Amino acid sequence: MAESTQDGRKIGGTLLEVKNISLSFGGVKALTDISFDIKEGEIRAIIGPNGAGKSSMLNVISGFYHPQQGEVWFRGQKRGSMRPYEVARQGIARTFQNIALFKGMSTLDNLMTGRITQMHTNLFWQAIWKGPAEREEIAHRERVEHIIDFLGIQAIRKTPVGRLPYGLQKRVELGRALAAEAKLLLLDEPMAGMNLEEKEDMCRFILDVNDEFGTTIALIEHDMGVVMDLSDRVVVLDYGRKLADGTPAEVRSDPEVIKAYLGGAHA
Amino acid sequence: MFYREAGDFKTSYSSDQQTFPIRLDRHMVWGILAIAFFVVPFFINDYWEKSVLLPFLVWAMAALGLNILTGFCGQVSLGSGGFMAVGAYACYKLMVAFPWMNMFIVVILAGLITAVVGMIFGLPSLRIKGFYLAVATLASQFFLVWLFNKVPWFYNNSASGMIVAPERTFFGIPLTGAESPSWITYLFCLTLVVVFAFIAHNLIRGRIGRSWMAIRDMDIAAEIIGVPPLKAKLSAFAISSFYIGMSGAMMFAIYLGTAEPTEAFGISKSFLVLFMIIIGGLGSILGSFLGAAFLTLMPVLLKNVMVNGFGWPADLAAHIELLLIGALIMFFLIVEPHGLAQLWRVTKEKLRLWPFPH
Repeated sequence: MAESTQDGRKIGGTLLEVKNISLSFGGVKALTDISFDIKEGEIRAIIGPNGAGKSSMLNVISGFYHPQQGEVWFRGQKRGSMRPYEVARQGIARTFQNIALFKGMSTLDNLMTGRITQMHTNLFWQAIWKGPAEREEIAHRERVEHIIDFLGIQAIRKTPVGRLPYGLQKRVELGRALAAEAKLLLLDEPMAGMNLEEKEDMCRFILDVNDEFGTTIALIEHDMGVVMDLSDRVVVLDYGRKLADGTPAEVRSDPEVIKAYLGGAHA
Repeated sequence: MFYREAGDFKTSYSSDQQTFPIRLDRHMVWGILAIAFFVVPFFINDYWEKSVLLPFLVWAMAALGLNILTGFCGQVSLGSGGFMAVGAYACYKLMVAFPWMNMFIVVILAGLITAVVGMIFGLPSLRIKGFYLAVATLASQFFLVWLFNKVPWFYNNSASGMIVAPERTFFGIPLTGAESPSWITYLFCLTLVVVFAFIAHNLIRGRIGRSWMAIRDMDIAAEIIGVPPLKAKLSAFAISSFYIGMSGAMMFAIYLGTAEPTEAFGISKSFLVLFMIIIGGLGSILGSFLGAAFLTLMPVLLKNVMVNGFGWPADLAAHIELLLIGALIMFFLIVEPHGLAQLWRVTKEKLRLWPFPH
């Protein structure tokens, strides 16, 4: 089942599959009959013009929206109607288009919050602190410090996130999603509003996460250069419908896609 | 220069995340606690007990409780007075029903009963946010006070409708009632407040506290990360009410000795606690103490200065005192909207670098 990419990464079986998803808000059809899959270990891009339904798709996957029709299969099992925190507990983490960090908390606390699904000491031990609670805290702190190291944000460990510049906040948000050690990482425009250098950094992080931790990544991005370089496969949405699905090269040469989205200039 | 963290190296995560990471802070806190526990009890008299120390401790406990809910979990509540009443009446019923029971256990049980009541009144928070929630919690304030007025079972059918704390001893020394010596009531309240302040800190720096703060800062992101909003909000309501209930029990049994719901636990008390945490600092343990100190001790200080110091008539002094307190509140909120705790934090940052500006 496993196939290799040119750069030697392993791509496994299907991790997540959406089947015939239709979602509408009142009379507005956000998604119509969308099906695609995400394979284990790959970087999957979802692209499309504004209002195409990309973020709605992610919201369906992470449990914010409940589609009227269709099914979500995760790790070979059909998923019932779930609240977002239950989805998180299954092993899906995500970042948001507009940063959704906990502004009053420090970088370290934000990342530690990312591990909350894996912390279990009860109220009593938390109140006593010495003993199980402290041991658990330190064990998780070590994992979090590893991520802080990986992202190069040691210097802002104790800084309240609200005081950080935009690029760093995006990085902390990625860190928080990483801290969850999820099977599937959903990134909603991880590079929006960044300058070239920050974008390059972020690309490197995404590739490294995929490579080192073997995390499957689904990302929405508008920067076509980034999408084409990073992703293994691309799914293109427009007006809530699926236009194309395939490798970057296939998608790029698809006449439908060129017409709807990339435009003549990019072809 | 004298207050600094340079040279104070941390070599383990546990020392990095201890309660007071800076050495001087640590020494200062232990020093203050040592004085509070081992020096003050020898010099305390009835005046200091009844008008300074006990009110401060009782309100500090209430402020701690509300700060957990409002400051850390972001749920505004105007039900504190009502929850204090629950604590007081639960304490009364327990004292009457189990005369042999240790008062520490009575107060903690009263807190637990309040926690259950608080959780029930916290249910609307799952749907309502912000100011609307504040208005919804008003319901608990009015309902609970009404309940304790209306149902004679709560005050054991006493003719006046008041509850009076029966005399209870603590290892042979009277703790409640008129006979109790000042030092034991003070030490009793101090022990409870100090122990539960540390517990509050422990809760806040761990998993549970982070889930509260995540809900406060961005509830959608909190949910996506795996914080169940129901559990986080209700646990905040429960623990906050637990503290407020204990403060109500202490206020009734130890500090006042008698209570009736309308006066002692009215809506003005709910506002008082809310003002304490706003002035002291939302989301800060220290802020709860500073706010409680400001609003309980400042009136006493001003009154002393004006009546005893300047020899002004008491009624005039009382009016000027209100004006001055109001002016001071405005002054401090303009200087530092995030409360006295933030003022202290900024001072500390400056002290670390002093005498250099950067």
